[in-house]
Amino acid sequence: MTDGLVALPISVQPIISVRGLQKWYGSFQALKDIDLEVKTQEVVVLMGPSGSGKSTLIRTLNGLETHQQGQILIDGVELTQNPRQLESIRREVGMVFQQFNLFPHLTVLQNITLAPIWVKRMSHPQAKETAMQLLERVGILEQAHKYPGQLSGGQQQRVAIARALAMQPKIMLFDEPTSALDPEMIKEVLDVMRSLAESGMTMAIVTHEVGFAREVADRVLLMDRGQIVEQATPEEFFLNPQQERSRQFLSQILA
Amino acid sequence: MQSLQQKLKDTLLPERVQPAWIWLRQNLFNSWFNTLLTLICLWAITVGGFGLVRWVFTQAQWEVVTANLRLIFVGRYPVAQLWRLWLAALLVAGVLSFSWGALQGWTRKVLLRVGCAGLGVGVALMFVDWMSALWCGAIALLIMGAGSAGAWCQRKPLWQSFKSWLPLLWLITFLVALWLMNGGFGLTTVSTKVWNGLLLTVFVAVLSIVLSFPLGVLLAIGRQSPLPIVRGVSIAYIELIRGLPLIGILFVAQVMLPLLLPPQANMDQLVRAIAGLTAFSAAYLAETVRGGLQSLPKGQWEASKALGLSTPMTLGFIVLPQALRAVVPAIVGQFIGLFKDTALLSIVGLVELTGIARSIAAQPDYLGRYAEVYLAIGIIYWLFCYGMSVASRRLEHSSGH
Ligand SMILES: Nc1ncnc2c1ncn2[C@@H]1O[C@H](COP(=O)(O)OP(=O)(O)O)[C@@H](O)[C@H]1O
Ligand SMILES: [Mg+2]
Repeated sequence: MTDGLVALPISVQPIISVRGLQKWYGSFQALKDIDLEVKTQEVVVLMGPSGSGKSTLIRTLNGLETHQQGQILIDGVELTQNPRQLESIRREVGMVFQQFNLFPHLTVLQNITLAPIWVKRMSHPQAKETAMQLLERVGILEQAHKYPGQLSGGQQQRVAIARALAMQPKIMLFDEPTSALDPEMIKEVLDVMRSLAESGMTMAIVTHEVGFAREVADRVLLMDRGQIVEQATPEEFFLNPQQERSRQFLSQILA
Repeated sequence: MQSLQQKLKDTLLPERVQPAWIWLRQNLFNSWFNTLLTLICLWAITVGGFGLVRWVFTQAQWEVVTANLRLIFVGRYPVAQLWRLWLAALLVAGVLSFSWGALQGWTRKVLLRVGCAGLGVGVALMFVDWMSALWCGAIALLIMGAGSAGAWCQRKPLWQSFKSWLPLLWLITFLVALWLMNGGFGLTTVSTKVWNGLLLTVFVAVLSIVLSFPLGVLLAIGRQSPLPIVRGVSIAYIELIRGLPLIGILFVAQVMLPLLLPPQANMDQLVRAIAGLTAFSAAYLAETVRGGLQSLPKGQWEASKALGLSTPMTLGFIVLPQALRAVVPAIVGQFIGLFKDTALLSIVGLVELTGIARSIAAQPDYLGRYAEVYLAIGIIYWLFCYGMSVASRRLEHSSGH
């Protein structure tokens, strides 16, 4: 494997590459000159005060928000507003929302198999089998035939993770996945995410769970007013932050 | 929260059995003003009710209705060909009951009740006409049989893959029914000019409902479209139609269209009537459906898009099923309105239920017997609208989880 002809080692190949990204809502600039690279299998945690642009950034990465300037490459493909290109990028990028956004009129199983069947053209039995395996992995196999409304928040969020994983994405985006949960349900969702990170999934996570970030993240980014103000390993970021903004933020959330 | 407390109260406190007179005193005679209102209402109800009963049983001459039953129901459709209408009705009733069972499920009790009602009508028809009684009985039996078959299918997993063929089944049913009614291909042709009475009302209403539904949904989606031309055309259409009276649209369709189109384009007057009603109803439906679309949280679109589903897939699988379910009562209300609006066709020269009533009341034998005829067709209109209303409530109850 030391042969120079094989592909570059995984660790140096960015799967997400953002250069000079600018985004405005009308006259308000939500993202300012963002540069970001995420390597395959890396876990990046985004932190920052409310309104700093974390959701906006993570949502531009799968085209849910449009950007006005700069370039986003996902697995080497440039993200544009071309619907076909967008759809093909979204197949590679799973997303988990704060409010779960499960489809309430479909059963858990149907929620999970819908996209594999219609987007990936998977056969029904195969999609169902994959879904069952995923439900087992997130620990709610017995809920397969219920509707989302019949599940607890933690269970719903685990279904949402399984739904995203069913497309076999290369990247998973999480936007505050535990913020809408009662405290006793946070752990079950974080456990699923932790095991996902251990399995080698590339992940970008917006979260305020410091313990989780220290344990799972390869890198922590701090955002403030639409800018990335600090990037560091979890140890450095939490024990020895370089920027004044980071110190302020940490003192607020650790208070 | 309040309703929860109410629920707790209701379950915790034993229900007190009130004597009727206490209820009366608390609700109807609790102040001198309410007492006065109650007495006035009682007086009005008694006088009105008494007058109606006396009129129905002593003054009205129902012969004008009983002698014209066939006209009211099927108009001047040739008697020798009536079996074709019955056969079409049989076919449609069977497919309808099967579909309802297969999609919605029949409880045995309800199915039995519907069937028995049909048999009851059949028995009543024995006093009028043996053939009709037999046909009616056959329809009732078929409804029960096909309904049970549909309900049985619903429980079979294999059915799921056949479900998508139902629209095709309906298309075939429609074409066969149309062929039976109209003739051609071996059957004597029956001109649409003699499809009168209830037959015409139901035919026009059903077709207008079926056609205006997809058109209305398309317009609602078009109105939300990010494409400016599509959005502009949808808005213009909706606002134009909503600013016109239905009777005007029907006049344009009946009187103006033939002048505008080349004489070879000999559009049947039924087609023109259906086109007018459809164009009208679709605009209102579009606004109702738009309400449903807007009530859906944005997160549903985002989740679907994030999974890589295209816009048509998102609409078809995620957005429309939820948006339409939310507005079923309003949609059915509009269809009930459309059913009654067909009465306006009598003004533009179609002899549907109201039109036939007018011509019956003008028969020399029964001159001036308006009240009897209009009361009779009023009951018919009401039965159909009430039926739609009941069906819609069942649809709502079973679709919520
Ligand atoms: N759809 C929108 N229209 C206008 N402004 C928006 C919109 N979405 C977000 N913003 C603004 O962009 C900024 C960043 O928002 P967001 O990314 O949601 O912050 P965070 O997720 O870090 O709390 C906020 O000031 C917010 O008010
Ligand atoms: Mg946010």
